[in-house]
Amino acid sequence: MSIQAKAEKIQQQSAPVKQKKAVPKVEVPPEQVKYANLLLYCSWTGIGILAVTFALYMGGVITGYVPKTEIAQYWGLSVHDYLAATGAPTGWAWLSMLNHGDYLSLVGIAFLALLTIVGYLFLLLPAYLRKKDVPYFTIVVLEITVLCLAASGILKVGH
Amino acid sequence: MLEGLIAKASILMEMASNSQVAHAVTQASGAPGTPWWVWPLALFITTFVMGILAVMAGVGGGVLFVPIISSFFPFHLDFVRGAGLIVALAGALAAGPGLLKANLANLRLALPVALIASTFSIVGAFIGLALPANILQICLGATITMIALLFVFSKNSEFPKVGKADAVTKALNISGSYYEPSAGRPVDWTVWRTPQGFLIFIAIGVVAGMFGLGAGWANVPVLNLLMGAPLKIAVGSSKFLLSITDTSAAWVYLNQGAVLPIIAVPSVLGIMLGSLVGVKLLAVAKPKMVRYLVIAMLLFAGIRSLLKGLGWG
Repeated sequence: MSIQAKAEKIQQQSAPVKQKKAVPKVEVPPEQVKYANLLLYCSWTGIGILAVTFALYMGGVITGYVPKTEIAQYWGLSVHDYLAATGAPTGWAWLSMLNHGDYLSLVGIAFLALLTIVGYLFLLLPAYLRKKDVPYFTIVVLEITVLCLAASGILKVGH
Repeated sequence: MLEGLIAKASILMEMASNSQVAHAVTQASGAPGTPWWVWPLALFITTFVMGILAVMAGVGGGVLFVPIISSFFPFHLDFVRGAGLIVALAGALAAGPGLLKANLANLRLALPVALIASTFSIVGAFIGLALPANILQICLGATITMIALLFVFSKNSEFPKVGKADAVTKALNISGSYYEPSAGRPVDWTVWRTPQGFLIFIAIGVVAGMFGLGAGWANVPVLNLLMGAPLKIAVGSSKFLLSITDTSAAWVYLNQGAVLPIIAVPSVLGIMLGSLVGVKLLAVAKPKMVRYLVIAMLLFAGIRSLLKGLGWG
């Protein structure tokens, strides 16, 4: 059905009329289902990683770069002052400090923040390429570029 | 010898008192004498309650998180906004699968909008991290007060009338169908006024990144009232597209060192658990009363933030 025909049909349908028999037939694109499954398994995995690593940090199994007994002295500072006062790293430098509980807890957060990039790159990009859907292929490529740029840490801010 | 020690001590005292960072460190710890663990625990309990209220009031947890936590906890606004984005991101990722499988979140609608919002949320994140805290606090207070008023006066439409499809809608073929239980049949939908909607998503992206807010409060009216998406599609696609919009801004905050796990993790866990309990309570609670309570909380937090920024709080 063309988009125009669909618009005309929707103009006429306004609110749906109640019917007795429910026939739930809704076509969901396969790439949407695959993307949903990726989010389903990986988002809860990410939240699980967050909970476990944070428990290790709070339980004192792994000590923090800034000891948790001292963190209250710093969390009211602006991020600029916090970095100056503690010497905490920026960008991806935290990856070399996973022996500290506070930075280990960032693994779950980074995992959650990577999910969209992974889904776009490995599920949506091939799907739209296969369908030869040029507008959505372009949108997906642009989105991956934007997210990778944000994740790269290349962009900096001055306070 | 004693004179030497006193002289050295006075030099150290002067150095300490002259150091702005040292002064800020003293100020930063919140209520002196409060054990450190009280704050993460209070944060977990607060966000747990927030998660329950957010589900019952039909609002995103992210919009409650930043104004309330920045008003009542000793954390700097930079870290609260960083945590707010992670909270909104985790919530959107967890809600996404169900919405996508039911076709209530539609990729053809969400992907173009998400590209615009996520690009400009990076711009917003940089503006937010560059602005002085008091200016940001004033802007946040004004925005939150405006959101509370929007919740009071905005009237969404379940099945908006859609006019003639514009060129962008046609080119992107933005349409779909979902099963409507009240009708007992699938409902076809499309949108219109897409270019106007896209332009508004530029501003929504900036605000989301700047304040670390989930932007469902703005996404839904634009998708529903302006672009004509049915309410369920607007709500579902809005929730899903937060997982993309907030990802880009979250990376900026993470790379700038503005995500402190001791603030972000208890908040994510608290709000997620609260949401699960909220869904169970939804059947027995009076959502209208809860919604009024949430609006009152937002108004209070917004005005408090405004006064704090103006130096009157």
